[in-house]
Amino acid sequence: MHLAYPAVLAALLFCTGLYGVLARRNAILVLMSVELMLNAVNLNLVAFDVWLRDTLHSGQALTLFTIAIAAAEIGIGLAIVLAVHRNRGSSDVDRLRDTAETDAAETLPGDEADEIHGTEDQATAPAGKAKKAEATA
Amino acid sequence: MTLAAAAAHSAHSGFLSPTGIEIAFVLVGIATLGAALVTVTTKQLVHAALWLVVALGGLAVEYLLLTAEFIAWVQVLIYVGSVVVLLLFGLMLTKAPIGRSPDADSGNRWAALGVAVAAAGALVWVVVDAFRTTWIDLDGPAQGSTEVTGTFLFRHWVLPFEALSVLLLAALVGAIVLSRKRSKEQS
Repeated sequence: MHLAYPAVLAALLFCTGLYGVLARRNAILVLMSVELMLNAVNLNLVAFDVWLRDTLHSGQALTLFTIAIAAAEIGIGLAIVLAVHRNRGSSDVDRLRDTAETDAAETLPGDEADEIHGTEDQATAPAGKAKKAEATA
Repeated sequence: MTLAAAAAHSAHSGFLSPTGIEIAFVLVGIATLGAALVTVTTKQLVHAALWLVVALGGLAVEYLLLTAEFIAWVQVLIYVGSVVVLLLFGLMLTKAPIGRSPDADSGNRWAALGVAVAAAGALVWVVVDAFRTTWIDLDGPAQGSTEVTGTFLFRHWVLPFEALSVLLLAALVGAIVLSRKRSKEQS
């Protein structure tokens, strides 16, 4: 088999995942795109391992390790997303701007800023502040 | 030696006379890429997770075509079996809308598209230019059968394997700590 086929497929899958990471708003969809990127790397590792006929089979061993690390990553990532959703009531990555450096970055265009104030007003009881501090700590 | 074998193999194969396994690889690859594209562009969140199943299953078939049999089944077990189920659980627990959600894509979609197309162009150009005359020799015994995998994994890669189990334990503990409700502080 020509080596260019798996290599090109892996490159295209990686770029698809890259688009998803940059363009998606829901955090879980971002995690799905990260999975696509990791799978593209796995395909590259397997193809080059089969091509090189390595006696250590480094490519396949690293693919197994990548799969296991991706499973751990998705578990931790979903736990973080669920914690954020419990504290903020939203899993949109565009709205998590507490650590933005400039004031200009905190103002969102359009009606989203109003929505943020709305959700914060609901949760701006003293308990809400404590929760927020806990989330940022 | 590998290069010599590849060169000898390349004497009787070319772009214009693809073998059956290459045709199968390209067809499954087109299906995989299409499913991945639908995954990152669809507006229905649950459908994105289900199309991700198609993309990951297609990749498992690609591993089978590359004679990496054990990795193909690990892919089916871990990705299709557990990761996608976890993602679906996450979608349900964060109360994702079931129908079409108009704000699934963020505002910088066109910048993201530009970055992705530029990266795809550069990567495909470099890869095709580098591996234009390189062939994989798929004949002979399978390189990723379960026996071979067990041999190299437990003969050469034992220490990373054990370290990986520690990492999985740490991830387990971390996920439990992160998702635990702090009833003591909230009451």
